Amino acid sequence: MTIEMNTPTLSPVSVDARSFSSVLEWLARRAESVAISLGAILAGLALFSIFITVVGKSPIDLFKLMYTGGFGSWFSIQNSLSRAAPLLLTALCVALPARLGLVIIGGEGAVVLGGVAAAAAALPLTGLVSPIIVLPVMAIAGMIMGGLWIGMAGVLRHYRGVNETIASLLMAYIAIALMNHFIEGPLRDPASLNKPSTAPLPADYMLGSIPGMDVNWGLVIGIVACIVSWILIEATSFGFAARIAGGNVRAAQIQGLPVGRLIVGFTALAGSFAGLAGMVEVAAVQGSANASLAAGYGYTGILVAFLARHNPLAIIPVAILLGGIDASGGLIQRRLGLPDATVLVLQGTLFVVILFCETFYGRFKIFNPDLWKRSA
Amino acid sequence: MEGIGIWGVPLAIFAGAIRVSTPFIFVSLGESITERSGRINLGLEGTLVFGAMTAYAIAVMSGSPWLGVLAAMATGAVFGLIHGWICKFPKVNDIAIGIAMMQFGLGLAFFLGKPFIQPVAPHLPSIALGGWSDLPQIQSALNINVLFIIGALLAVALWWAFKNTRIGLILRVVGDSSDAARAMGLNPDTVRLLATAVGGSLAAVGGAYLSLYYPGSWNEGISSGQGLMAVALVIFARWNPIGCFLAALLFGGAGALGPALQSVGVTQGYYLFYAAPYVLTLVILVATSSPTRSLGGAPGTLSITK
Repeated sequence: MTIEMNTPTLSPVSVDARSFSSVLEWLARRAESVAISLGAILAGLALFSIFITVVGKSPIDLFKLMYTGGFGSWFSIQNSLSRAAPLLLTALCVALPARLGLVIIGGEGAVVLGGVAAAAAALPLTGLVSPIIVLPVMAIAGMIMGGLWIGMAGVLRHYRGVNETIASLLMAYIAIALMNHFIEGPLRDPASLNKPSTAPLPADYMLGSIPGMDVNWGLVIGIVACIVSWILIEATSFGFAARIAGGNVRAAQIQGLPVGRLIVGFTALAGSFAGLAGMVEVAAVQGSANASLAAGYGYTGILVAFLARHNPLAIIPVAILLGGIDASGGLIQRRLGLPDATVLVLQGTLFVVILFCETFYGRFKIFNPDLWKRSA
Repeated sequence: MEGIGIWGVPLAIFAGAIRVSTPFIFVSLGESITERSGRINLGLEGTLVFGAMTAYAIAVMSGSPWLGVLAAMATGAVFGLIHGWICKFPKVNDIAIGIAMMQFGLGLAFFLGKPFIQPVAPHLPSIALGGWSDLPQIQSALNINVLFIIGALLAVALWWAFKNTRIGLILRVVGDSSDAARAMGLNPDTVRLLATAVGGSLAAVGGAYLSLYYPGSWNEGISSGQGLMAVALVIFARWNPIGCFLAALLFGGAGALGPALQSVGVTQGYYLFYAAPYVLTLVILVATSSPTRSLGGAPGTLSITK
C-alpha cells in the first residue's frame, strides 16, 4: 500500500530556472502544506473546544493552562523540551519509512529493546572504563538493536510481502514481553524490589544536561538526527531514490533502483533512531532499563510524524508542540479537575482532523500553479 | 490443580481458549465484514476499548449488562460511521485514519471512563455445561459465556450470508471492484460506510465482553491489543467467518499458555509465553504472505494486501 505523499515537485527549484514565477510557484506549493496544516490544527482545536464545553469546562481556561504548563515559564519550557526529545527520534522512525510509502507504527518496540540493549551493554563496562567510552557503546547497542528490530519489519515486507504496519505493531508487543522477561529475569538487579530494573548506572555514567538548561542531551541528539535525516532525504541520491520508490515501486524497479536495499536500509535506520531514544531514556532519565521504557513515546511519535507530514525538519517544532501539550497535562488535571486522558483526547482529535485534511491538497486554486496557467 | 495434576495445563488452555477468544471472535467477524467491502479499519482497538468502557458504564448505571452491550454496539457503530465517512474522501488513507481513530477512541474512553474504574458492574451470564463432572476445574472450564455461543452462531450465519444472500453478494462485489459495483448501480462508499459501521458495532461487543465478563472490570489496561491482532487474524482466516472463529480459538489458546503454565508452577521465563499470541500471529502472517502474488480470497480493492 502507499501513502499519498503529496510532494508535487521532487526537486524544489532548479537553479537555472529561478525566475520570479517559478519562485512564486515554489512558494505557493510550500504555502499549501503550511496553510492546510495550520487550518487542520485550528479545526481540531475547535472540535476539541466543543468537547470541553460539553463536559462543562471552559476551553479558554484550558488553552490558557496549556500555554502556561507548556511554554509559560522557563521551567515549563524546559519540561516541554525534555518531553519533546524522545518524540523527535520516535517520529523519525515513522517518517523515514513513510518516504518509501511504508507505514511503520511499532517504534515502541525499538524504543523498549534499544533501552534494554543499551543497559545490558553498559553492565559489564561501568567502573572499568570511562563514561566517554561507555555512553557511545550504549548508543551503538541501542541503535543496532532498534535497527535490527524495525529492519526486520522491512525485510519481511520486501522479501515476504508481509504488511509492515501489522508486523511492526505485533513486534512491539513481542518487544515488551521480551523486555519484561529480561528485566524480571536474566538482567534483573536483585536490589530492585518494587520495580524490577536492570542495575542502575552510576551517576557519573549518566548522560548529563545541556549546559545552562535542565534538559538532557537527548534533545540535541534528536535535533541532529532530524537534520541529518532531512539532508539524507532531500540532498542525497539515496534519499532521492527512496522518494521515487515511495512514489511508484514498479517505476523504481524499472529504473534499476535497489528497492529491497532501500526498504531494509530505511526501516533499519528508522529503527535505530527509535532504539537511540530508548538508550537516551536509560542513560539520561531512568538510569536503568525498566517498565517505564514503554511510556508510549513510540505511539506519540506516529502522531508527530503525521502532523509533520513526514518532513524531518517539521518534526522539530511539532515534537516541541506536543511535548508542551504533554507537559501541561498535570496542570490541567490539578486546576480544572479534568482527567489526564484530556491530552490523549486532544491528540486523537488533532490526528483524525489532520488526516482528514489531506483531502484538501490540490483543491485550492491559489496553491496550485498548474491551475493558474489553465485559467490564464 | 490438585486431582488432575499436569492435565491442568491442556484443560486451562482449553478453558482459556474459550474465555479469551470471544473478543477476538467478535472483532474479527466485524473486521471481516468491513474488509470484504474493501476497507480496512485499523481503529477497532479504539472501538473495542470504547465499547468496553460504554458497556461497563451503562451496566453500572442501569444494572443491566445486556443494556451495556447494546449501548456499546451503538457507540461502535458511531466510530465505524466516522471512519467510513472520512475514508470516502479522496487522498485519505484508511490505514492512517485507523491509527488516528485508535488513539482518539482510547483517549476518549480513558477520559469518560475515569469515574467508572471503582464501581462494580453486573456481569454477563454464563451457561454451566460442566454439571456432569465432579471436578471443579472442569466445571469452571465448561462455564461458557452466552456471548461466546452467540459469536459461534454469528460466524456460521455470516459464512452462509456471504455466499447466499443478496447483501453478501453486494458486499463482495463492492470489495472486489468499485467499478463493477458502480456498473450494478451500487454506491461503493455507502456500502463501505455501512460495512464499517457494522464492523465497529461488533468490535464493541468484543469490548463489552472484556469489561462485563472476562476479566470483568473496567480499567485503562483492559485490552492487550485484541483489536489489532484481530485485523491480522482476518487475513490469516482469508476473510472467511468460520476461519475467523477457529483462528480466534487458536489465539485464545495461545494467550492462555502463559497463565496456564504459571498455575502449575512454571515460573521461569513465563513472560515469554505472554508473547505467544503475537509470535503466532506474526509467524502465520509470514507463512501465508507472498511477495509476488496477492493473497488468495482477498477482496480486490483492499489496500492492505497490495
